Amino acid sequence: MKQIRILGAALLTLLALGPAQAQREGGAQIAIACGALGIELELCREAAEQWAQETGNTVEIVNTPNSSSDRFQLYVQLLSSQSADIDVLQIDVVWAGMLQSHLADLEQPLGERVDAMFPALGANNRVNGKLVAVPWYIDAGVLYYRRDLLDKYGFAPPETWEDLTRAASAIQAGERAAGNDRMWGYVFQAKAYEGLTCNALEWVSSHGGGRFLSFDREFTGDNAQARAALTRAAGWIGTIAPRGVLNYDEEASRGVFQTGNAVFMRNWPYAWALAQGEKSPIRGKVGVVALPHGPGGESASALGGWHLAVSRYSQNREEAIDLVRYLTRAEEQKRRAIKGAYNPTLTALYDDPEVIAANPFFKTLYPAFENAVARPARPAGARYNQVSDAIWRASYDVLQGDSEAGPALTKLEDEIARIAYRARWGEAGQ
Amino acid sequence: MKKRSAIDAARARSAWLFIAPMLIVLALVAAWPLLRTIWFSMTNATLVDLTTYDFIWFDNFIVHAEGRWYGIFTDPQWLRALWNTLVFAAVSVSLELVLGVIVALIVNAALPGRGLMRAAMLVPWAIPTVVSAKIWQWMLNDQFGVVNAMLAGAGFIDGPVAWLGGSSLAMVSIIMVDVWKTTPFVALLVLAALQTLPKEIYEAAKVDGIHPVKVFFKVTLPLIRPALVVAVIFRLLDAMRMFDLVYVMTGSSEETMTLSVFARQALVSFQDVGYGSAASTGLFLIIALITVIYIMTLNPLGKEKAA
Repeated sequence: MKQIRILGAALLTLLALGPAQAQREGGAQIAIACGALGIELELCREAAEQWAQETGNTVEIVNTPNSSSDRFQLYVQLLSSQSADIDVLQIDVVWAGMLQSHLADLEQPLGERVDAMFPALGANNRVNGKLVAVPWYIDAGVLYYRRDLLDKYGFAPPETWEDLTRAASAIQAGERAAGNDRMWGYVFQAKAYEGLTCNALEWVSSHGGGRFLSFDREFTGDNAQARAALTRAAGWIGTIAPRGVLNYDEEASRGVFQTGNAVFMRNWPYAWALAQGEKSPIRGKVGVVALPHGPGGESASALGGWHLAVSRYSQNREEAIDLVRYLTRAEEQKRRAIKGAYNPTLTALYDDPEVIAANPFFKTLYPAFENAVARPARPAGARYNQVSDAIWRASYDVLQGDSEAGPALTKLEDEIARIAYRARWGEAGQ
Repeated sequence: MKKRSAIDAARARSAWLFIAPMLIVLALVAAWPLLRTIWFSMTNATLVDLTTYDFIWFDNFIVHAEGRWYGIFTDPQWLRALWNTLVFAAVSVSLELVLGVIVALIVNAALPGRGLMRAAMLVPWAIPTVVSAKIWQWMLNDQFGVVNAMLAGAGFIDGPVAWLGGSSLAMVSIIMVDVWKTTPFVALLVLAALQTLPKEIYEAAKVDGIHPVKVFFKVTLPLIRPALVVAVIFRLLDAMRMFDLVYVMTGSSEETMTLSVFARQALVSFQDVGYGSAASTGLFLIIALITVIYIMTLNPLGKEKAA
């Protein structure tokens, strides 16, 4: 019964919408799908309605699932049927390559703005010679540390993985001797999922081992530096990291760190506000630095964040592009940074006194964004999910001790070759 | 002669008329999807754009190109999934068969409260698989699961055991849950067979003073064999296409991935319709092969009876 009533209500709304749409002759109706996590939806609605008022168009906020893989599947469904239901889409940084064939080229109207953003973003979003999305906010992996514990044992924030391992084992041993036997040195994300691909990319890239897949789709992961990086990470399991880390995602590692049971943690910037929150046991004892690097490498943070794209099937492309222009401009990014602590993509905003006053830690994150390394989403294109799955499985095998780094990477090369063969990467023009 | 064949023809016509609805339904719900899957298994279609694809013959199954072998039959992950499925099917069906017979013998005995026992026995079978998989997943959780708490309380284990973590323990856990869930099904089939057995044979055996164990192996077992054969076929086919339990409890983890989970991952997560269909077709062929071998070699339906 209930379903029937809901169905009826939906039909009525549709009927009511029909003529209403026809009456609005002045402006276009733009549908935007933006995220709904925390304050996200409110910020999006406010800004979109502001735009609608200023331009005389109307805007409709489309609800999307919170789970990012569900949202991806919804987008694929809508876009592959060439539906014009959504004009502007909020997409994850790794979807640029997977959805590119359905997205409009924004190079002409907004290319210049993207050039004023962190360089890794533009490189990620320019696919097949077109700009597929405009970055809205940025994320990157960073290293959290316990300032009080490092001071107590006389360590500086680590610059190399060597430093981190040394400090972590010394502090862990010291704290355990002092009675806290649940203390661990380092927690990160090693569960077999997308997060492990980010971590593995950071280890390998910061050792100078490349990023698994070069921009021309050549597998580059089987080298001495990558082997050294994975072997080093495997050495942490059971020594400075609990074995349980093999099942940790972002929230599980934050749980250990925030209850005061870890010296170091790799995580995204969102953890800062929570670790410094009112009820946090480690409030005021936390520091953030860029992730360490290995011998012969530079610090590397996996690039994350969400972007705005325009559907190729939109019937009001001009207006949709204008909405993207409005939402990604400096004023709006500043408002979002102050109100919701979303990290702006425009580099100039990190010198803005009001933004920094609201979020003092933005200054410390800046180097991490500068050194951000994109996951191989652009070269992998539509096959990114598969490539990432292969990378995290190979890394997991090494961390778990099932395989040495060498054989695991050789096996990974074989798997990438399989994916490449099925995707016909070898053929020209693809 | 002529008259008879006319009657025969009329009979044949009405026979076709009667089975036509079933044939049409079967064609719609079984043959068409099957043929479509087999067709897609010979293409490189993807979910991104289902309308344009190339016909590539058996490249999704096995092909030698650029100095390497490709296709599911050479894919280590698919072969691992095949191995997992075979291990799961063999172990779980054997255990369910033995336990099912024991349970059936117990509830067949004239004990007080037998009706209640029979009802209670069916509870695991009555719970929807997804629900019981989720319940077991929580009970087996390494941090707050009740199984670890009980074992630790009884002093059997020191630290928490990661039942569903990445290890061979995950497969053991899944087999355990499947046995818990499906033993009642086997027991029910066996119980039905036990109830049809003539009492006279047992009375004769009793008079002759035969040991009960010998009675079981020489009398009961041969008599319930047809029921066991049916139970094994049902369970084997079910186990070979195992999906829900594994998917709910351990997701797409490689340690426990079955052929069906592999096919879902290729089709949905990777949107590779061609490869996923090839994996499904491979599973279909393997199940058909196993069924044929089972019927041919074990002669389970008892030809001597027909003779």
